[in-house]
Amino acid sequence: MSDPRPNVVRVSDESLVHARGLVKRFGDFAAVDGIDVDVRRGEAFGFLGPNGAGKSSTMRMVGCVSPPSAGVLRILGMDPARSGSRIRARLGVCPQVDNLDPELTVRENLTAYARFFGISRRVARQRAAELLDFVQLSDRASSRVEPLSGGMKRRLTIARSLVNEPEMVLLDEPTTGLDPQARHLVWERLFRLKQQGVTLVLTTHYMDEAEQLCDRLVVMDGGRIVAQGTPRELIERYSTREVVELRFPVPDQGAYGEKLAGVGERLEVLPDRILLYVADGDEAVAEVHRRSLGPSSALVRRSSLEDVFLHLTGRTLVD
Amino acid sequence: MVTLALPRLLLARDSARRAGSMVERNVAALRSAYWIVMVGGFLEPLLYLFSIGVGVGALIGDIRIPDGRVVGYAEFVAPAMLAASAMSGALSETTFNFFGKMKFMRLYDAVLATPVRPMEVAAGELIWAMARGTVYAAAFLVVMTLMDLTSWPRALAAFPATVFVGFAFGALGMALSTFMRGWQEFDLIAAVQFALFLFSGTFVPAQDYWPPLRMLVEITPLYRAVDLIRGICLTSFGAVQVVDLIYLCALFAGGLALAGRRMARLLLK
Repeated sequence: MSDPRPNVVRVSDESLVHARGLVKRFGDFAAVDGIDVDVRRGEAFGFLGPNGAGKSSTMRMVGCVSPPSAGVLRILGMDPARSGSRIRARLGVCPQVDNLDPELTVRENLTAYARFFGISRRVARQRAAELLDFVQLSDRASSRVEPLSGGMKRRLTIARSLVNEPEMVLLDEPTTGLDPQARHLVWERLFRLKQQGVTLVLTTHYMDEAEQLCDRLVVMDGGRIVAQGTPRELIERYSTREVVELRFPVPDQGAYGEKLAGVGERLEVLPDRILLYVADGDEAVAEVHRRSLGPSSALVRRSSLEDVFLHLTGRTLVD
Repeated sequence: MVTLALPRLLLARDSARRAGSMVERNVAALRSAYWIVMVGGFLEPLLYLFSIGVGVGALIGDIRIPDGRVVGYAEFVAPAMLAASAMSGALSETTFNFFGKMKFMRLYDAVLATPVRPMEVAAGELIWAMARGTVYAAAFLVVMTLMDLTSWPRALAAFPATVFVGFAFGALGMALSTFMRGWQEFDLIAAVQFALFLFSGTFVPAQDYWPPLRMLVEITPLYRAVDLIRGICLTSFGAVQVVDLIYLCALFAGGLALAGRRMARLLLK
Protein backbone atom coordinates (compact mmCIF):
# COMPACT_ATOMS: atom_id res chain seq x y z
CA MET A 1 0.00 0.00 0.00
CA SER A 2 1.44 3.32 -0.96
CA ASP A 3 0.76 6.54 0.85
CA PRO A 4 -0.15 9.24 -1.67
CA ARG A 5 1.01 11.96 0.71
CA PRO A 6 4.58 13.12 0.37
CA ASN A 7 6.69 12.31 3.38
CA VAL A 8 8.56 15.55 3.32
CA VAL A 9 6.38 18.58 3.75
CA ARG A 10 7.71 21.81 2.39
CA VAL A 11 8.21 24.46 5.00
CA SER A 12 7.52 27.81 3.40
CA ASP A 13 8.91 31.18 4.37
CA GLU A 14 5.43 32.43 5.21
CA SER A 15 5.24 33.32 8.89
CA LEU A 16 2.06 32.08 10.57
CA VAL A 17 3.17 33.42 13.93
CA HIS A 18 5.22 36.58 13.95
CA ALA A 19 6.11 38.09 17.33
CA ARG A 20 8.53 40.89 18.14
CA GLY A 21 9.14 42.07 21.66
CA LEU A 22 5.95 40.29 22.76
CA VAL A 23 5.05 40.99 26.40
CA LYS A 24 2.27 39.73 28.65
CA ARG A 25 1.93 41.35 32.04
CA PHE A 26 -0.42 40.42 34.87
CA GLY A 27 -0.23 43.40 37.19
CA ASP A 28 3.46 43.92 37.92
CA PHE A 29 4.41 40.41 36.91
CA ALA A 30 5.67 39.87 33.36
CA ALA A 31 4.67 36.32 32.40
CA VAL A 32 6.13 36.85 28.95
CA ASP A 33 8.95 39.35 28.91
CA GLY A 34 9.72 40.39 25.35
CA ILE A 35 10.07 37.43 23.01
CA ASP A 36 10.71 37.23 19.25
CA VAL A 37 9.24 34.21 17.49
CA ASP A 38 8.51 33.19 13.91
CA VAL A 39 6.64 30.03 13.07
CA ARG A 40 6.67 29.11 9.38
CA ARG A 41 3.92 27.31 7.53
CA GLY A 42 4.26 23.55 7.65
CA GLU A 43 6.70 23.27 10.52
CA ALA A 44 6.27 21.85 13.99
CA PHE A 45 7.42 24.44 16.47
CA GLY A 46 7.93 23.85 20.17
CA PHE A 47 8.00 26.00 23.28
CA LEU A 48 10.05 24.27 25.96
CA GLY A 49 10.40 25.44 29.48
CA PRO A 50 9.75 24.70 33.14
CA ASN A 51 6.40 25.54 34.73
CA GLY A 52 5.91 29.28 34.90
CA ALA A 53 8.26 29.99 32.01
CA GLY A 54 5.49 31.79 30.11
CA LYS A 55 4.63 29.07 27.60
CA SER A 56 0.89 28.99 28.21
CA SER A 57 0.61 32.77 28.31
CA THR A 58 2.34 32.85 24.94
CA MET A 59 0.01 30.18 23.57
CA ARG A 60 -3.06 32.10 24.74
CA MET A 61 -1.82 35.23 22.98
CA VAL A 62 -1.16 33.25 19.80
CA GLY A 63 -4.65 31.72 20.12
CA CYS A 64 -6.11 35.26 20.21
CA VAL A 65 -7.81 34.79 23.58
CA SER A 66 -5.38 36.98 25.51
CA PRO A 67 -4.43 40.48 24.36
CA PRO A 68 -0.66 41.19 24.38
CA SER A 69 0.49 43.86 26.85
CA ALA A 70 3.16 45.13 24.47
CA GLY A 71 5.03 44.23 21.32
CA VAL A 72 4.02 43.13 17.84
CA LEU A 73 1.99 40.02 17.18
CA ARG A 74 0.71 38.82 13.81
CA ILE A 75 -1.10 35.53 13.43
CA LEU A 76 -1.69 34.27 9.87
CA GLY A 77 -0.57 37.74 8.84
CA MET A 78 -3.37 39.45 10.79
CA ASP A 79 -3.55 41.51 13.96
CA PRO A 80 -5.31 39.61 16.81
CA ALA A 81 -6.60 42.86 18.31
CA ARG A 82 -8.55 43.63 15.13
CA SER A 83 -9.20 40.28 13.48
CA GLY A 84 -9.33 37.88 16.44
CA SER A 85 -12.52 36.18 15.31
CA ARG A 86 -11.26 35.71 11.74
CA ILE A 87 -7.95 34.32 12.94
CA ARG A 88 -9.56 31.92 15.41
CA ALA A 89 -11.71 30.57 12.57
CA ARG A 90 -8.51 29.14 11.04
CA LEU A 91 -6.83 27.89 14.24
CA GLY A 92 -7.22 24.70 16.23
CA VAL A 93 -6.66 24.93 19.96
CA CYS A 94 -5.97 22.14 22.42
CA PRO A 95 -5.66 23.82 25.83
CA GLN A 96 -3.54 22.56 28.70
CA VAL A 97 -6.57 21.51 30.74
CA ASP A 98 -9.29 19.67 28.82
CA ASN A 99 -12.39 21.84 28.73
CA LEU A 100 -14.74 19.41 27.04
CA ASP A 101 -18.47 19.94 27.47
CA PRO A 102 -19.63 17.58 30.24
CA GLU A 103 -23.29 17.95 29.26
CA LEU A 104 -22.72 16.58 25.76
CA THR A 105 -21.74 13.20 24.37
CA VAL A 106 -18.38 12.54 22.74
CA ARG A 107 -19.84 13.01 19.25
CA GLU A 108 -21.84 16.09 20.25
CA ASN A 109 -18.69 17.66 21.63
CA LEU A 110 -17.41 17.69 18.07
CA THR A 111 -20.63 18.57 16.23
CA ALA A 112 -21.62 21.39 18.62
CA TYR A 113 -18.10 22.77 18.42
CA ALA A 114 -18.17 22.66 14.62
CA ARG A 115 -21.30 24.81 14.72
CA PHE A 116 -19.35 27.56 16.51
CA PHE A 117 -17.28 27.77 13.33
CA GLY A 118 -20.40 28.02 11.20
CA ILE A 119 -19.89 24.55 9.70
CA SER A 120 -23.12 23.03 8.35
CA ARG A 121 -24.77 20.26 10.35
CA ARG A 122 -24.21 17.72 7.61
CA VAL A 123 -20.50 18.48 7.30
CA ALA A 124 -20.19 18.61 11.09
CA ARG A 125 -21.57 15.08 11.44
CA GLN A 126 -19.27 13.84 8.70
CA ARG A 127 -16.17 15.45 10.24
CA ALA A 128 -17.09 14.17 13.71
CA ALA A 129 -17.21 10.62 12.37
CA GLU A 130 -13.86 11.01 10.60
CA LEU A 131 -12.17 12.60 13.58
CA LEU A 132 -13.48 10.04 16.06
CA ASP A 133 -12.01 7.44 13.79
CA PHE A 134 -8.74 9.37 13.62
CA VAL A 135 -8.37 9.47 17.41
CA GLN A 136 -9.79 5.96 17.85
CA LEU A 137 -12.88 6.94 19.81
CA SER A 138 -15.59 5.80 17.39
CA ASP A 139 -16.85 3.14 19.77
CA ARG A 140 -17.36 5.76 22.50
CA ALA A 141 -19.21 8.24 20.28
CA SER A 142 -22.45 8.11 22.28
CA SER A 143 -20.80 8.09 25.69
CA ARG A 144 -20.73 11.12 27.92
CA VAL A 145 -17.34 12.75 28.44
CA GLU A 146 -17.01 12.17 32.17
CA PRO A 147 -16.36 8.40 32.24
CA LEU A 148 -13.58 8.67 29.63
CA SER A 149 -9.98 8.10 30.71
CA GLY A 150 -7.49 10.97 30.71
CA GLY A 151 -5.97 9.75 27.46
CA MET A 152 -9.36 9.51 25.77
CA LYS A 153 -10.33 13.01 26.88
CA ARG A 154 -7.04 14.32 25.54
CA ARG A 155 -7.60 12.63 22.20
CA LEU A 156 -11.12 14.02 22.05
CA THR A 157 -9.81 17.52 22.78
CA ILE A 158 -7.29 17.10 19.97
CA ALA A 159 -10.05 15.86 17.65
CA ARG A 160 -12.15 18.87 18.62
CA SER A 161 -9.27 21.21 17.74
CA LEU A 162 -9.27 19.76 14.21
CA VAL A 163 -12.98 20.11 13.52
CA ASN A 164 -12.56 23.30 11.47
CA GLU A 165 -9.66 21.85 9.44
CA PRO A 166 -7.26 24.42 10.88
CA GLU A 167 -4.12 25.63 9.16
CA MET A 168 -2.32 25.77 12.48
CA VAL A 169 -2.97 23.76 15.64
CA LEU A 170 -1.90 25.04 19.06
CA LEU A 171 -1.26 22.27 21.57
CA ASP A 172 -0.53 23.24 25.15
CA GLU A 173 1.20 20.27 26.79
CA PRO A 174 -0.63 17.72 24.63
CA THR A 175 0.56 14.63 26.50
CA THR A 176 1.03 15.78 30.10
CA GLY A 177 -0.50 13.25 32.46
CA LEU A 178 -0.93 10.50 29.89
CA ASP A 179 0.35 6.95 30.21
CA PRO A 180 3.01 5.82 27.69
CA GLN A 181 0.54 4.06 25.38
CA ALA A 182 -1.74 7.08 25.19
CA ARG A 183 1.25 9.36 24.71
CA HIS A 184 2.58 7.36 21.80
CA LEU A 185 -0.83 7.31 20.17
CA VAL A 186 -1.08 11.10 20.46
CA TRP A 187 2.43 11.54 19.05
CA GLU A 188 1.63 9.31 16.13
CA ARG A 189 -1.54 11.27 15.36
CA LEU A 190 0.27 14.59 15.63
CA PHE A 191 2.97 13.30 13.33
CA ARG A 192 0.34 12.37 10.76
CA LEU A 193 -1.13 15.85 10.98
CA LYS A 194 2.27 17.31 10.34
CA GLN A 195 2.68 15.10 7.31
CA GLN A 196 -0.60 16.46 6.00
CA GLY A 197 0.96 19.92 6.10
CA VAL A 198 -0.73 21.25 9.24
CA THR A 199 1.48 23.67 11.16
CA LEU A 200 1.89 22.56 14.77
CA VAL A 201 2.79 24.80 17.68
CA LEU A 202 3.18 22.98 20.94
CA THR A 203 4.45 23.47 24.45
CA THR A 204 5.96 20.68 26.44
CA HIS A 205 8.38 19.87 29.16
CA TYR A 206 8.94 16.40 27.82
CA MET A 207 12.22 16.37 25.97
CA ASP A 208 11.48 13.20 24.04
CA GLU A 209 8.28 14.84 22.83
CA ALA A 210 10.19 17.86 21.60
CA GLU A 211 12.84 15.70 19.94
CA GLN A 212 10.23 13.53 18.24
CA LEU A 213 7.86 16.19 17.04
CA CYS A 214 9.57 19.55 16.74
CA ASP A 215 11.48 20.80 13.72
CA ARG A 216 12.47 23.86 15.66
CA LEU A 217 12.04 24.98 19.21
CA VAL A 218 12.73 27.72 21.69
CA VAL A 219 13.61 27.20 25.32
CA MET A 220 11.83 29.66 27.61
CA ASP A 221 12.74 30.53 31.16
CA GLY A 222 11.30 33.33 33.28
CA GLY A 223 9.30 34.75 30.37
CA ARG A 224 12.29 35.01 28.04
CA ILE A 225 13.73 32.89 25.27
CA VAL A 226 17.07 31.53 26.43
CA ALA A 227 17.92 29.38 23.38
CA GLN A 228 16.51 28.40 20.02
CA GLY A 229 17.23 26.08 17.13
CA THR A 230 16.57 22.53 15.96
CA PRO A 231 16.81 19.85 18.65
CA ARG A 232 20.15 18.73 17.17
CA GLU A 233 21.56 22.24 17.05
CA LEU A 234 20.63 22.86 20.66
CA ILE A 235 22.28 19.66 21.80
CA GLU A 236 25.43 20.49 19.86
CA ARG A 237 25.54 24.07 21.09
CA TYR A 238 24.64 23.62 24.74
CA SER A 239 25.79 20.14 25.50
CA THR A 240 28.46 17.68 24.42
CA ARG A 241 28.08 14.65 22.22
CA GLU A 242 27.98 12.23 25.12
CA VAL A 243 27.32 12.22 28.85
CA VAL A 244 28.90 9.93 31.43
CA GLU A 245 26.90 9.29 34.58
CA LEU A 246 29.14 8.22 37.46
CA ARG A 247 28.02 6.99 40.87
CA PHE A 248 30.42 6.59 43.75
CA PRO A 249 29.82 4.33 46.74
CA VAL A 250 29.91 7.21 49.24
CA PRO A 251 27.15 9.44 50.58
CA ASP A 252 28.85 12.63 49.38
CA GLN A 253 29.50 12.62 45.65
CA GLY A 254 30.92 16.14 45.87
CA ALA A 255 34.29 14.94 47.14
CA TYR A 256 34.91 13.36 43.74
CA GLY A 257 34.14 16.55 41.90
CA GLU A 258 37.68 17.91 42.30
CA LYS A 259 39.31 14.59 41.55
CA LEU A 260 37.55 14.52 38.20
CA ALA A 261 38.71 17.98 37.18
CA GLY A 262 39.81 18.14 33.57
CA VAL A 263 37.91 15.06 32.44
CA GLY A 264 35.54 16.32 29.76
CA GLU A 265 34.28 19.81 29.03
CA ARG A 266 31.95 20.25 31.95
CA LEU A 267 31.00 18.45 35.12
CA GLU A 268 27.91 18.54 37.25
CA VAL A 269 27.63 17.20 40.79
CA LEU A 270 24.19 15.96 41.75
CA PRO A 271 23.22 14.52 45.13
CA ASP A 272 23.25 10.96 43.81
CA ARG A 273 25.64 11.05 40.85
CA ILE A 274 28.12 13.07 38.85
CA LEU A 275 27.55 13.97 35.20
CA LEU A 276 30.51 14.39 32.89
CA TYR A 277 29.84 16.19 29.61
CA VAL A 278 32.33 14.79 27.15
CA ALA A 279 32.97 14.26 23.45
CA ASP A 280 33.99 10.63 23.88
CA GLY A 281 32.34 8.75 26.73
CA ASP A 282 34.48 5.60 26.62
CA GLU A 283 37.68 7.63 26.64
CA ALA A 284 36.42 9.55 29.69
CA VAL A 285 35.56 6.36 31.55
CA ALA A 286 39.06 5.05 30.81
CA GLU A 287 40.52 8.26 32.24
CA VAL A 288 38.40 7.87 35.38
CA HIS A 289 39.78 4.37 35.83
CA ARG A 290 43.34 5.60 35.15
CA ARG A 291 42.86 7.97 38.08
CA SER A 292 41.71 4.87 40.02
CA LEU A 293 38.61 6.57 41.39
CA GLY A 294 36.56 3.36 41.29
CA PRO A 295 32.98 4.43 40.63
CA SER A 296 30.31 1.87 41.52
CA SER A 297 28.73 2.49 38.13
CA ALA A 298 29.64 4.35 34.95
CA LEU A 299 27.00 4.84 32.26
CA VAL A 300 27.81 6.34 28.89
CA ARG A 301 24.87 7.77 26.96
CA ARG A 302 24.14 10.18 24.14
CA SER A 303 23.47 13.71 25.16
CA SER A 304 19.77 14.60 25.04
CA LEU A 305 17.65 17.68 24.91
CA GLU A 306 17.04 17.15 28.61
CA ASP A 307 20.70 17.92 29.31
CA VAL A 308 20.33 21.13 27.32
CA PHE A 309 17.15 22.00 29.12
CA LEU A 310 18.55 21.46 32.59
CA HIS A 311 21.75 23.27 31.68
CA LEU A 312 19.79 26.30 30.47
CA THR A 313 16.99 26.46 33.02
CA GLY A 314 18.79 25.05 36.04
CA ARG A 315 17.95 22.20 38.33
CA THR A 316 16.08 24.20 40.94
CA LEU A 317 12.47 23.26 41.27
CA VAL A 318 10.23 25.98 39.93
CA ASP A 319 6.52 25.76 40.49
CA MET B 1 -23.79 53.68 0.69
CA VAL B 2 -24.69 50.12 -0.24
CA THR B 3 -21.04 49.12 -0.28
CA LEU B 4 -20.69 50.43 3.24
CA ALA B 5 -23.88 48.93 4.60
CA LEU B 6 -23.49 45.48 3.09
CA PRO B 7 -20.38 44.33 4.99
CA ARG B 8 -21.97 45.58 8.19
CA LEU B 9 -25.11 43.65 7.46
CA LEU B 10 -23.06 40.53 6.77
CA LEU B 11 -21.18 41.01 10.03
CA ALA B 12 -24.46 41.30 11.93
CA ARG B 13 -25.67 38.14 10.23
CA ASP B 14 -22.49 36.31 11.26
CA SER B 15 -22.93 37.52 14.83
CA ALA B 16 -26.52 36.31 14.93
CA ARG B 17 -25.44 32.97 13.49
CA ARG B 18 -22.74 32.58 16.15
CA ALA B 19 -25.15 33.52 18.96
CA GLY B 20 -27.46 30.91 17.46
CA SER B 21 -24.75 28.24 17.65
CA MET B 22 -24.57 28.90 21.40
CA VAL B 23 -28.32 28.22 21.62
CA GLU B 24 -27.84 25.04 19.58
CA ARG B 25 -25.28 23.79 22.06
CA ASN B 26 -27.85 24.23 24.83
CA VAL B 27 -30.50 22.39 22.85
CA ALA B 28 -28.04 19.51 22.41
CA ALA B 29 -27.35 19.52 26.16
CA LEU B 30 -31.07 19.30 26.83
CA ARG B 31 -31.86 15.92 28.30
CA SER B 32 -35.07 14.06 28.91
CA ALA B 33 -35.06 15.10 32.59
CA TYR B 34 -35.41 18.72 31.58
CA TRP B 35 -39.21 18.59 31.43
CA ILE B 36 -39.20 18.32 35.24
CA VAL B 37 -37.51 21.70 35.45
CA MET B 38 -39.99 23.02 32.92
CA VAL B 39 -43.01 21.81 34.88
CA GLY B 40 -41.56 23.32 38.08
CA GLY B 41 -41.14 26.71 36.45
CA PHE B 42 -44.69 26.66 35.17
CA LEU B 43 -46.27 25.43 38.40
CA GLU B 44 -44.73 28.05 40.67
CA PRO B 45 -46.70 31.12 39.53
CA LEU B 46 -49.79 28.97 39.12
CA LEU B 47 -49.58 27.83 42.75
CA TYR B 48 -49.20 31.44 43.91
CA LEU B 49 -52.18 32.43 41.80
CA PHE B 50 -54.40 29.77 43.32
CA SER B 51 -53.21 30.00 46.92
CA ILE B 52 -53.03 33.77 47.23
CA GLY B 53 -55.03 35.13 44.31
CA VAL B 54 -57.94 32.75 44.66
CA GLY B 55 -57.52 31.47 48.24
CA VAL B 56 -56.53 34.63 50.14
CA GLY B 57 -58.50 36.59 47.54
CA ALA B 58 -61.71 34.98 48.82
CA LEU B 59 -61.04 36.56 52.24
CA ILE B 60 -60.12 39.95 50.80
CA GLY B 61 -62.94 40.20 48.31
CA ASP B 62 -62.80 42.89 45.68
CA ILE B 63 -60.28 45.73 45.63
CA ARG B 64 -60.27 49.12 44.01
CA ILE B 65 -57.52 49.62 41.44
CA PRO B 66 -55.97 53.03 40.63
CA ASP B 67 -58.24 53.74 37.67
CA GLY B 68 -61.22 53.56 40.02
CA ARG B 69 -62.58 50.19 38.94
CA VAL B 70 -63.31 47.45 41.44
CA VAL B 71 -61.94 44.04 40.52
CA GLY B 72 -61.54 40.62 42.11
CA TYR B 73 -58.30 40.08 43.99
CA ALA B 74 -57.23 37.23 41.68
CA GLU B 75 -57.58 39.57 38.72
CA PHE B 76 -55.30 42.02 40.46
CA VAL B 77 -52.67 39.45 41.43
CA ALA B 78 -52.52 37.37 38.23
CA PRO B 79 -50.62 39.88 36.03
CA ALA B 80 -48.10 40.37 38.82
CA MET B 81 -47.55 36.60 39.07
CA LEU B 82 -46.95 36.56 35.34
CA ALA B 83 -44.34 39.31 35.57
CA ALA B 84 -42.72 37.72 38.62
CA SER B 85 -42.48 34.33 36.93
CA ALA B 86 -40.87 35.95 33.89
CA MET B 87 -38.34 37.47 36.28
CA SER B 88 -37.58 34.30 38.24
CA GLY B 89 -37.40 32.11 35.13
CA ALA B 90 -34.94 34.47 33.48
CA LEU B 91 -32.87 34.91 36.64
CA SER B 92 -32.55 31.21 37.42
CA GLU B 93 -31.14 30.51 33.96
CA THR B 94 -28.84 33.52 33.83
CA THR B 95 -27.49 33.49 37.36
CA PHE B 96 -26.99 29.96 38.67
CA ASN B 97 -26.73 28.14 35.35
CA PHE B 98 -24.71 30.81 33.60
CA PHE B 99 -22.27 31.13 36.50
CA GLY B 100 -21.80 27.36 36.64
CA LYS B 101 -21.08 27.18 32.93
CA MET B 102 -18.63 30.05 33.13
CA LYS B 103 -16.71 29.22 36.31
CA PHE B 104 -17.01 25.48 36.79
CA MET B 105 -17.69 23.86 33.46
CA ARG B 106 -15.28 26.29 31.80
CA LEU B 107 -17.60 26.04 28.86
CA TYR B 108 -17.00 29.51 27.53
CA ASP B 109 -13.21 29.14 27.55
CA ALA B 110 -13.64 26.53 24.84
CA VAL B 111 -16.25 28.56 22.99
CA LEU B 112 -14.14 31.73 22.96
CA ALA B 113 -11.27 29.86 21.26
CA THR B 114 -13.58 29.69 18.21
CA PRO B 115 -14.72 32.69 16.14
CA VAL B 116 -17.56 33.27 18.66
CA ARG B 117 -17.12 36.52 20.64
CA PRO B 118 -18.09 37.20 24.27
CA MET B 119 -21.04 39.39 23.33
CA GLU B 120 -22.34 36.64 21.06
CA VAL B 121 -22.05 34.10 23.87
CA ALA B 122 -24.00 36.44 26.15
CA ALA B 123 -26.67 37.04 23.51
CA GLY B 124 -26.98 33.33 22.77
CA GLU B 125 -27.31 32.42 26.42
CA LEU B 126 -29.93 35.10 26.91
CA ILE B 127 -31.98 33.91 23.94
CA TRP B 128 -31.81 30.41 25.36
CA ALA B 129 -32.85 31.56 28.82
CA MET B 130 -35.85 33.26 27.29
CA ALA B 131 -36.90 30.28 25.20
CA ARG B 132 -37.90 28.69 28.49
CA GLY B 133 -39.54 31.83 29.87
CA THR B 134 -41.57 32.17 26.69
CA VAL B 135 -43.18 28.77 27.18
CA TYR B 136 -44.08 29.65 30.80
CA ALA B 137 -45.55 32.99 29.80
CA ALA B 138 -47.72 31.49 27.07
CA ALA B 139 -49.02 28.73 29.33
CA PHE B 140 -49.78 31.11 32.20
CA LEU B 141 -51.62 33.53 29.89
CA VAL B 142 -53.79 30.70 28.62
CA VAL B 143 -54.70 29.80 32.21
CA MET B 144 -55.44 33.46 33.04
CA THR B 145 -57.74 33.79 30.05
CA LEU B 146 -59.53 30.52 30.77
CA MET B 147 -60.12 31.72 34.35
CA ASP B 148 -61.52 34.95 32.92
CA LEU B 149 -58.83 37.03 34.67
CA THR B 150 -58.09 38.81 31.38
CA SER B 151 -59.39 38.81 27.83
CA TRP B 152 -57.90 37.08 24.79
CA PRO B 153 -56.86 40.32 23.03
CA ARG B 154 -55.17 41.57 26.21
CA ALA B 155 -53.46 38.21 26.73
CA LEU B 156 -52.12 38.33 23.17
CA ALA B 157 -50.72 41.78 23.79
CA ALA B 158 -49.29 40.76 27.17
CA PHE B 159 -47.37 37.84 25.68
CA PRO B 160 -44.61 39.79 23.90
CA ALA B 161 -44.45 42.19 26.85
CA THR B 162 -43.84 39.29 29.24
CA VAL B 163 -41.14 37.86 26.99
CA PHE B 164 -39.53 41.28 26.95
CA VAL B 165 -39.63 41.47 30.75
CA GLY B 166 -37.78 38.17 30.78
CA PHE B 167 -35.09 39.48 28.44
CA ALA B 168 -34.55 42.53 30.64
CA PHE B 169 -34.19 40.45 33.82
CA GLY B 170 -32.06 37.88 32.01
CA ALA B 171 -29.61 40.56 30.90
CA LEU B 172 -29.54 41.94 34.44
CA GLY B 173 -28.94 38.48 35.93
CA MET B 174 -26.14 37.74 33.51
CA ALA B 175 -24.41 41.03 34.27
CA LEU B 176 -24.72 40.38 38.03
CA SER B 177 -23.31 36.86 37.63
CA THR B 178 -20.10 38.19 36.18
CA PHE B 179 -19.48 40.00 39.48
CA MET B 180 -20.11 36.94 41.67
CA ARG B 181 -17.12 35.26 43.25
CA GLY B 182 -18.79 32.17 44.67
CA TRP B 183 -22.08 30.37 45.08
CA GLN B 184 -22.75 31.98 48.47
CA GLU B 185 -23.29 35.35 46.89
CA PHE B 186 -26.23 33.99 44.95
CA ASP B 187 -28.15 33.79 48.24
CA LEU B 188 -28.02 37.56 48.20
CA ILE B 189 -29.57 37.69 44.75
CA ALA B 190 -32.25 35.24 45.91
CA ALA B 191 -33.02 37.43 48.95
CA VAL B 192 -33.32 40.59 46.85
CA GLN B 193 -35.40 38.70 44.32
CA PHE B 194 -37.82 37.57 47.03
CA ALA B 195 -38.09 41.08 48.44
CA LEU B 196 -38.92 42.35 44.96
CA PHE B 197 -41.47 39.59 44.57
CA LEU B 198 -43.26 40.62 47.79
CA PHE B 199 -43.13 44.40 47.56
CA SER B 200 -43.36 45.38 43.89
CA GLY B 201 -47.06 46.11 43.94
CA THR B 202 -47.58 42.41 43.44
CA PHE B 203 -49.94 41.63 46.32
CA VAL B 204 -50.81 45.14 47.49
CA PRO B 205 -51.13 48.23 45.30
CA ALA B 206 -47.92 50.21 45.79
CA GLN B 207 -50.01 53.38 45.98
CA ASP B 208 -50.93 52.36 49.53
CA TYR B 209 -47.28 52.40 50.72
CA TRP B 210 -45.68 55.15 52.82
CA PRO B 211 -44.56 57.73 50.15
CA PRO B 212 -40.74 57.37 50.47
CA LEU B 213 -41.08 53.59 50.36
CA ARG B 214 -43.38 53.89 47.40
CA MET B 215 -40.78 55.95 45.54
CA LEU B 216 -38.16 53.34 46.29
CA VAL B 217 -40.41 50.55 45.07
CA GLU B 218 -41.24 52.43 41.91
CA ILE B 219 -37.64 52.52 40.77
CA THR B 220 -37.13 48.75 41.13
CA PRO B 221 -37.36 46.66 37.96
CA LEU B 222 -40.07 44.24 39.04
CA TYR B 223 -42.40 47.11 39.91
CA ARG B 224 -41.98 48.44 36.36
CA ALA B 225 -42.59 44.97 34.94
CA VAL B 226 -45.72 44.41 37.06
CA ASP B 227 -47.00 47.84 36.14
CA LEU B 228 -46.50 47.11 32.45
CA ILE B 229 -48.13 43.67 32.47
CA ARG B 230 -50.99 44.79 34.71
CA GLY B 231 -51.58 47.76 32.46
CA ILE B 232 -51.93 45.47 29.46
CA CYS B 233 -53.91 42.69 31.17
CA LEU B 234 -56.18 44.71 33.40
CA THR B 235 -56.16 48.49 33.17
CA SER B 236 -54.82 50.49 30.29
CA PHE B 237 -51.63 51.14 28.36
CA GLY B 238 -50.71 54.77 28.95
CA ALA B 239 -47.77 57.08 29.41
CA VAL B 240 -46.65 55.25 32.55
CA GLN B 241 -46.43 51.99 30.63
CA VAL B 242 -44.29 53.70 28.01
CA VAL B 243 -41.96 54.69 30.86
CA ASP B 244 -41.98 51.04 31.98
CA LEU B 245 -40.98 49.95 28.49
CA ILE B 246 -38.16 52.48 28.25
CA TYR B 247 -36.94 51.46 31.70
CA LEU B 248 -36.89 47.76 30.74
CA CYS B 249 -35.24 48.54 27.38
CA ALA B 250 -32.45 50.33 29.21
CA LEU B 251 -32.12 47.45 31.65
CA PHE B 252 -31.88 44.98 28.79
CA ALA B 253 -29.37 46.92 26.70
CA GLY B 254 -27.25 47.96 29.68
CA GLY B 255 -27.28 44.48 31.21
CA LEU B 256 -26.30 42.73 28.00
CA ALA B 257 -23.54 45.21 27.17
CA LEU B 258 -22.15 44.95 30.69
CA ALA B 259 -22.33 41.15 30.67
CA GLY B 260 -20.47 40.95 27.34
CA ARG B 261 -17.77 43.33 28.50
CA ARG B 262 -17.32 41.64 31.84
CA MET B 263 -17.08 38.22 30.19
CA ALA B 264 -14.37 39.52 27.90
CA ARG B 265 -12.50 40.86 30.93
CA LEU B 266 -12.87 37.67 32.93
CA LEU B 267 -12.16 35.14 30.20
CA LEU B 268 -9.90 36.92 27.73
CA LYS B 269 -7.10 37.96 30.04
